[in-house]
Amino acid sequence: MFSLEGITKSLQDWLYLNFNPTWALVIECLIVIVLAIALFAFLGLVLVLMERKVAAHMQIRLGPNRVGPKGMFQTAADTLKLIMKEGLTPDGADKFLFNLAPFVVMIVAMLILAPIAFAKGFQIWDINIGVLYVSAISSLSVIGILMAGWASNNKYSLLGAMRSGAQIVSYELSAGISILCIVVLSGSLSINEIIASQQNGWWLFKGHIPVIIAFVIFMIAVTAETNRAPFDLAEAESELTAGFHTEYSGMKFALFFLAEYINIFIVCAIGATLFLGGWMPFHIGNWQDFNHIMDYIPSSIWFFGKTFFLIFLIMWFRWTFPRLRVDQLLNLEWKYLLPISLFNLLLVTVIAIFGWHF
Amino acid sequence: MTKDELKESIIIALPTAVFDETGEWLNVQVEATEWKAMAQWLRNSMLQMDYLFCLTCIDWKTHLTVVYHLTSTSHRIPIVIKIKLDRQQPQVETVSDIWRTAEFHEREVFELFGVQFLHHPDLRRLILTDDFEGFPLRKDFEDPVNMVKL
Amino acid sequence: MYTETQIIKDTTQFSSNGHEGELVINVGPQHPATHGVLHLVITLNGETIKKVEPHLGYIHRSIEKMCESLTYRQFIYVTSRMDYLSAHMNNHACAMTVEKGLQIEVPPRAQYIRVIMDELTRIASHELWWGAMAMDLGAFTPFFYAFRERETINDIMEETCGARLTMNYMVPGGVMADIHPLFQQKVKDFIKLFKSKIDEYDELVTGNIIFQNRMKGVGLLSKEDAISYGCSGPVARGSGVSCDIRKLYPYEVYDKVAFDEVLENEGDSFARYMVRVREMHQSIRIIEQLIDNIPEGDFQAKTKAVLKLPKGEFYTRVETARGELGVYIVSEGGTTPYRIKFRSPGFSNLSALDHMARGSKIGDLMAMMGTLDLVIPDIDR
Repeated sequence: MFSLEGITKSLQDWLYLNFNPTWALVIECLIVIVLAIALFAFLGLVLVLMERKVAAHMQIRLGPNRVGPKGMFQTAADTLKLIMKEGLTPDGADKFLFNLAPFVVMIVAMLILAPIAFAKGFQIWDINIGVLYVSAISSLSVIGILMAGWASNNKYSLLGAMRSGAQIVSYELSAGISILCIVVLSGSLSINEIIASQQNGWWLFKGHIPVIIAFVIFMIAVTAETNRAPFDLAEAESELTAGFHTEYSGMKFALFFLAEYINIFIVCAIGATLFLGGWMPFHIGNWQDFNHIMDYIPSSIWFFGKTFFLIFLIMWFRWTFPRLRVDQLLNLEWKYLLPISLFNLLLVTVIAIFGWHF
Repeated sequence: MTKDELKESIIIALPTAVFDETGEWLNVQVEATEWKAMAQWLRNSMLQMDYLFCLTCIDWKTHLTVVYHLTSTSHRIPIVIKIKLDRQQPQVETVSDIWRTAEFHEREVFELFGVQFLHHPDLRRLILTDDFEGFPLRKDFEDPVNMVKL
Repeated sequence: MYTETQIIKDTTQFSSNGHEGELVINVGPQHPATHGVLHLVITLNGETIKKVEPHLGYIHRSIEKMCESLTYRQFIYVTSRMDYLSAHMNNHACAMTVEKGLQIEVPPRAQYIRVIMDELTRIASHELWWGAMAMDLGAFTPFFYAFRERETINDIMEETCGARLTMNYMVPGGVMADIHPLFQQKVKDFIKLFKSKIDEYDELVTGNIIFQNRMKGVGLLSKEDAISYGCSGPVARGSGVSCDIRKLYPYEVYDKVAFDEVLENEGDSFARYMVRVREMHQSIRIIEQLIDNIPEGDFQAKTKAVLKLPKGEFYTRVETARGELGVYIVSEGGTTPYRIKFRSPGFSNLSALDHMARGSKIGDLMAMMGTLDLVIPDIDR
């Protein structure tokens, strides 16, 4: 069977055979960088197009359908336009921070990509504290947003950035605790081991109701963390015109835009890894034949399938719900989600200690 | 309540009022100096004229007339109050403390006709730019650039 | 104006001319939530609104002054541009004022057509409001649902009036042209379609928990305040003030049809929302009663070529989609009005915004502006 694991392995063997170890490492790094950036660009294009198509479908219209077959090159054309546009810096802005902010947001998004397992054996960095790493790095993106809002010297931007700060810091907690539930069940922080622990079934199905609750809370929290509707208060187009990126234009705006979609991809990938078994095919207990058929579907398809399903969910939210108000947003987190998830974590711990899960 | 009853009660309260019943509704001419007290009386007496639905001004070339259209949400008999003002120095007491809607309407009349509403809480321009000269809705207003004479 | 960049810089840096801890923000004249060129200067303390100051005039065309040089046949066309979402009602009010002055008897057929057109416009206007309202709250999808049905109305209008927005269909003495042969059938089809769709609206927006939380208890306007601020239409009716001109001072055939004046007593944004949604049902009811009974006959009364209103003052009140529109004509006996005043519903409704908004959050301000259903050309005229 065609397997990404085989390709990476043979490539590595070939490199180490022909070059000395240092050069082999350098070349590997370069390949990874190129692949990561290519993935970024590609994901940006695909996700924006997907968003527009999903939105169009929800809104009983067709969506982009002029550039390329079924509008497939629309986002590529948009990107071209954005590249050609002038990147304005407002007169009163703090120029250094203003120009730095989009890169901070982008770099943070890129860093989280490292420990994600895209397929069996296809992972940039197999770190033993993968989950911790992801939650640690993802909370850095708020710095970029605050930077953008503050440096723009625009009141709308400032309000948007402050909202976003309050929001991301709060929802980080619930998201972290939901992730902890899975860590408790699987007993490991390593992404690979968490996936391996779902060999005989995904945690969403194995972990009884508490894990389902954790999953729901996780989805709500990450929607808020990525500043997506109904939690898009940082942008809140009808209130703050465009929130923290009001003053950005051209490619700098595009970086924010891209980072938003990359962040969605990442959180959904994490969700798929933790709750839906990552690249692990759908297995049911000891139905050997069924499990065997499922194994024939390549692991990368499983991973991307699950991730895109979660992305679709998040897009569905966006085109259905109205936006929350800022105080309601914080109430929801501190008064409901956080206590529930703390209690839920307790339940999961009990389940894990007594081994009640399947 | 009917139009006649309305008239009778106004005569008792304000003997100097001049009536005009040619139109659809009862028209009352009031002196500018008496207006504030009259307005308070209209609002608070048994007439309960609590709804000021139109406030405007007419430029008669010789004088200005401020027109108040009032009605009540209980008996719904409208009444029209007219106040004659001097064209050179039009001044009348504000009624924005009695009917809150007058605040905006008076600001509009202030800038389009130049009527000074005394003791208005916030008599600033609402529509025109700050450097606009003249009172556009007055009959003698000329704007050679933007106005098309038919 | 600002030739030196320095001036612009200064205004950005020191525009918070309020007290300590206050932030002054310009919402508009170009802003996604103002639906036009409304300019609000809001003073904030954190996210809490301390003051809202509307600055108007960005689309002030001085229609009142323009009308002074237009004849009684001409000036009606200008009024379509005031509240462009209830163009029929504006024309209707003007036509009625002229008819009142000349004591023209409008043929029954024209009266029926006028009322049907008014109610269709009301539905179209409320549809647009409903979509825009949801968009103010951050939900984009309802807008497209609303426009789907609104298109049907616009098509009907286009067939009969020749225009989709500024209809100019009602003229002194009746209506400009007879209805299209397919008009009745199309309206009936529309009603059938609309009845099946309006429940969809409730599913999509009204029942949504986030939406209800955003709307309930927000932008409270008590009954006394609504009266004092001169509010009319759905805004006042949301506060329990009975002010439907169609009921109180029936014109045309409104006294012959059965419909309810929609009243809600809470006075919050949700009440105003519900008033408009329920009004759409009432409009459907009115159209249903009239559409099959349009009498045969003239669609326009015989009038002179040149209209001359007798000396005097004429005031007409009409219930538009936004509230009470008053047309006040002062005539000196000539062919043009001496003075004309349009009492626009939006202007009075807007004056209550500051009172409603104080102490609430920025997000609420958008919800309030949405429920006030502001049409800026109607406010500025």
